[in-house]
Amino acid sequence: MPIRMRTALVPFATLPLAACAGRQSTLDPQGLQSAQILNTLFIFLSVAAVVWIAVVIMLCAGLLRRKRAFDQPLALHQPFERTTGRVIFVLGVATLAIVLGLSIVSYAGQRTVFAKNEHALTLKIISHQWWWEIRYENDSPDKSFVTANEIRIPAGQPVKVELESADVIHSFWVPSLTGKMDLITGQKNELQFTAKNAGIYRGQCAEFCGLQHAHMAFAVLALPADEFGRWRDHENQSANSPTDQLGRQGEQLFRAKGCALCHTIRGTLAGGQLGPDLTHVGARTTVAAGTLPLTPATLGAWIADPQHIKPGNYMPKMPLQSDELIAILHYLEQLK
Amino acid sequence: MTVRADERELRDDALNGLELSARLDRIWRTPSGLLGALMSVDHKVVGRRYIATAFAFLLLGGILAILMRIQLAGPEQTFLSADKYNQIFTMHGSTMMFLFAVPVMEAFAVYLVPLMVGTRNIAFPRLNAFSYWMFLFGGCFLWISFALNVGPDVGWFAYVPLSSLQYTPTKRPDVWAQMITFTEVAALAVSVEIVVTVFKLRAPGMTLDRIPLFVWAMLVTSFLVMFAMPSIMVASTSLILDRLVNTRFYDSSSGGHPLLWQHLFWFFGHPEVYIIFIPGTGMVSAILATFARRPVIGYPVIILSLIATGFLSFGLWVHHMFVTGLPQLGAGLFTASSMLIAVPSGLQIFCWLATLWDGRPVYRTPLLFVIGFIVIFVLGGLSGVMVASVPIDTQVHDTYFVVAHFHYVLIGGAVFPLVGAVYYWFPKITGRMLSERLGRWNFWLAFVGFNVAFFPMHILGLIGMPRRVYTYTADMDWAHLNLLSSGGAAIFALSFAVLLVNVMINLRSGELAGDNPWDASTLEWATSSPPPPQNFDRIPVVKHRDPLWLDSASLPVVAGLSVERRELLLTSLAEAEPQTREASPEPSIWPLLTAIATTVFFIGSIFTPWAVLWGTPPMAVTLIGWFWPGGSKEDEE
Amino acid sequence: MRQTIVRNVAGLPTFGYGAHSGPWWGAMGFMALEGMGFAIAIGAYLYLYAVNPNWPIGAAPPDLWPGTAETIIYLLSIIPNEMTNRVAHRQDLAKVRVGLIAMSVIGVGLLVLRGFEFAHLNTRWDNSAYGSIVWLVLGLHTTHLATDVGDTIVLTVLMFTRHAKPRRFSDVTDNVFYWNFVVLAWLPLYVLLDWVPRL
Repeated sequence: MPIRMRTALVPFATLPLAACAGRQSTLDPQGLQSAQILNTLFIFLSVAAVVWIAVVIMLCAGLLRRKRAFDQPLALHQPFERTTGRVIFVLGVATLAIVLGLSIVSYAGQRTVFAKNEHALTLKIISHQWWWEIRYENDSPDKSFVTANEIRIPAGQPVKVELESADVIHSFWVPSLTGKMDLITGQKNELQFTAKNAGIYRGQCAEFCGLQHAHMAFAVLALPADEFGRWRDHENQSANSPTDQLGRQGEQLFRAKGCALCHTIRGTLAGGQLGPDLTHVGARTTVAAGTLPLTPATLGAWIADPQHIKPGNYMPKMPLQSDELIAILHYLEQLK
Repeated sequence: MTVRADERELRDDALNGLELSARLDRIWRTPSGLLGALMSVDHKVVGRRYIATAFAFLLLGGILAILMRIQLAGPEQTFLSADKYNQIFTMHGSTMMFLFAVPVMEAFAVYLVPLMVGTRNIAFPRLNAFSYWMFLFGGCFLWISFALNVGPDVGWFAYVPLSSLQYTPTKRPDVWAQMITFTEVAALAVSVEIVVTVFKLRAPGMTLDRIPLFVWAMLVTSFLVMFAMPSIMVASTSLILDRLVNTRFYDSSSGGHPLLWQHLFWFFGHPEVYIIFIPGTGMVSAILATFARRPVIGYPVIILSLIATGFLSFGLWVHHMFVTGLPQLGAGLFTASSMLIAVPSGLQIFCWLATLWDGRPVYRTPLLFVIGFIVIFVLGGLSGVMVASVPIDTQVHDTYFVVAHFHYVLIGGAVFPLVGAVYYWFPKITGRMLSERLGRWNFWLAFVGFNVAFFPMHILGLIGMPRRVYTYTADMDWAHLNLLSSGGAAIFALSFAVLLVNVMINLRSGELAGDNPWDASTLEWATSSPPPPQNFDRIPVVKHRDPLWLDSASLPVVAGLSVERRELLLTSLAEAEPQTREASPEPSIWPLLTAIATTVFFIGSIFTPWAVLWGTPPMAVTLIGWFWPGGSKEDEE
Repeated sequence: MRQTIVRNVAGLPTFGYGAHSGPWWGAMGFMALEGMGFAIAIGAYLYLYAVNPNWPIGAAPPDLWPGTAETIIYLLSIIPNEMTNRVAHRQDLAKVRVGLIAMSVIGVGLLVLRGFEFAHLNTRWDNSAYGSIVWLVLGLHTTHLATDVGDTIVLTVLMFTRHAKPRRFSDVTDNVFYWNFVVLAWLPLYVLLDWVPRL
């Protein structure tokens, strides 16, 4: 039964595959955990479908069957009442049995989903209104670095994310990899998952967190192990110095126009802590926490007027001349 | 002294027929004029107002739903701003839960329970009037605030710290929290009235096993309200204190904890679902018996199921918190307890199916809605079993799957029976029938519209769409299903327009109903439609669970109650043996004045804590005015 | 429908005491839901106690004497309260007046003492979550105390007017009943507020 239903649901499962932003579907499991959850889900769904159909059949059969004629509502047929009582009792017991069986299935699934691996790669994720701070922490500080809105992990390896919130409650959810977990103010939560295959998996905040809750997405990029190692070494380095005059001008404007008050670009004087770290922003795939794909045009539009793209977010619209905007944009694009 | 007064007094054993009716009518009637209307303590008058007001809020909440469906019909729409959308979904949830679903069920109870148990007025009728005014003022307060752009925007659950002063430094969450206080005061008052009415005002002979199932359902519901709502009162009070006088309940830097809010909220919030659903089951049982033309099978099973549901509903709140990082074993146990509630719900469904199986169904509109209820509610219950599983919930929690689930449960489980109940009891309340033809249109539009609107949401949730997003990007491929859902919502809305038209047309000009148009079995059908102010000329005596089916021509009654002043017959708790003839209060303006004083106190305290000082004396004065004997016969007995 | 009189209830009394009275059941209902309110507040206290390693947070436990004195007075007040109950059942107006005056005085005295208790909590409501919950719990009980004292005073005045009819004696017994609830609710709160922080 589960197999056949899975086939029936394939059209839905394939829908997100078309999406360029990455997969974001419970029905398209690419992680060990999400696959387990989907199995549990199919067992429940099968039982639910059978029960619902049985009830509807009983209902229709009851309505359509040939009725015994009786004129008086209180003229009840006692043997029928007794038999019915027994049938209801049996159905009640059956309901109890189903419920207990499903509880066990559920708990078994839960154990698997939340199984812990001591050797998992550990990241820390701190949620902000309305973006994600990703910290790759290492025992030696010179191998620790911070990035934003994009999580790169090695495919096939268990990953542990430690979840904290800088402000209100958010929820970390990458449906194609595993279920969600809240990031709660003043509490530390954690979640483990393993991406089975390399790919891009989209995630999104799932707990209402204020004005721009709708625009608080992120991407998980599962890379082959060696590629992940290369990326990590690169990401750990300070920002590229601008290679041309326009870029240098952009770097200067980045500080002069106040961008550096909120943003850090490692290796430069920009050390603001309020907004996302932009050290390697040019290499990211989206702008404004998954709101737009990152292209020169979208990044430029975002810097020019962030309040137009994501109204109410905490990045103010800075008064920039168009040549200043072009310089800053050019600088940021080089930060690969 | 008492004895002498009694001897002089005229009783209903000395009068008959029209003269008896006329005298009782005179003493029980609501005074005429505007002032009289404001003074009314008649449960039928208050009940009608309560029902009409709750449906007005349904209309408003429904309009908000349509606005949201327009916004979500396509990706990246700008019909609503993020700010408006967040206010609207918060208002939609708060309105539907606090201003429609709970009040409308209590409203039906206020109207029907005294009639069904065979008495003349609800217990504590002035409290009842006060409750209505509080509900009305609380609802208006919320909606006027919304019109002034101060509508709450932190969700109907107002999670801290988002709803704290630091992250929402406007008055919006205060409006929400205080609206809660208004409606909880109203709901708690009605619950105590219903409990005492059912315990003490039942007609002689209506033993516990002869109480109509709807009344049983409202009794259980009232207890749920009494034990669940104090939790949200503590929660909303502490939230407003955090915001106004700097207490630290939810401030994690000073020893507070955001999860305390969630525990308090859901300890109320889950029973709340059953506070809405259990009255629905009572309506189903009442309608089913009448239109299946036989008593509902398994009367004791249904009562025990209701009570079991009530108890269990306090043991599952944690399933709203499965993704907050709770200990795994604990969460697993709450999975089991949550699913366990399927057993009493299932038993009730089986009883109803068996009743339809054996009965000879008469397919009038109320029965259509009951059949629709079974089909939809069972689906919602089963998706509820899925949501109760921790691993599944980690995926579907806070997605459109859950939105689909609880609309199946709440609309299927409560609104379908409720609309059925409107068709069923409209003749009793107004004396006129609703159109059967429009009723059928109403049902089929509702059934089709509902499923087209909400079924696709299950799939949307599974393919990754979270709740409470004001828009989504085009590359998410959620557009088609959302468009379908919005189309369904339009059809569903149309069904309510049909209902409204049906009510408007037939309120004045519908076919006359007569006392008992459906040949039903319970006591509310033993009096005229609409019932006279005194409900019954003489209090009935009950000898069977279905008194009017036992004997539809004559009604055994008791005599000996006063016809000179308002008097009720109190009976014993279990056996309903007559105990005392207790006075019932006269109309009074004080409940309204007390409600106004309380409103000033509540709203004032949003703006300054000193309102607690200057707001208290007017409340004390109005309360003394309320309880101080006014010299009427009722007071001085 | 034709009516057949099968019984005459003219001989029944026009008011009753205890379970025979409507208002008594109303009071029961409100006590049930208010008791639930106390239970929830206690639950919130214990939750905060459980999640915080240090308790009380940044404060000394409340001074013991006001709470202890109140507890003693509450327990002793049951005696005049019960006496009032008995004379009300006997419909002895003179003694009921005395009993109500005594209960009003005791109530006012307790309210004054409650003022001292707030002053000796050794924390403010805005110091920490501990301070907040302590003030909330004590405030909740004080609301009940103040309401009942107000009710007792009004009833006392009423019994000195022409409205002191037999039925009012039932109101007096309901008032007595409610006072017992106020006392009963206090006892766990005393342990919670004054002793749990000393654990």
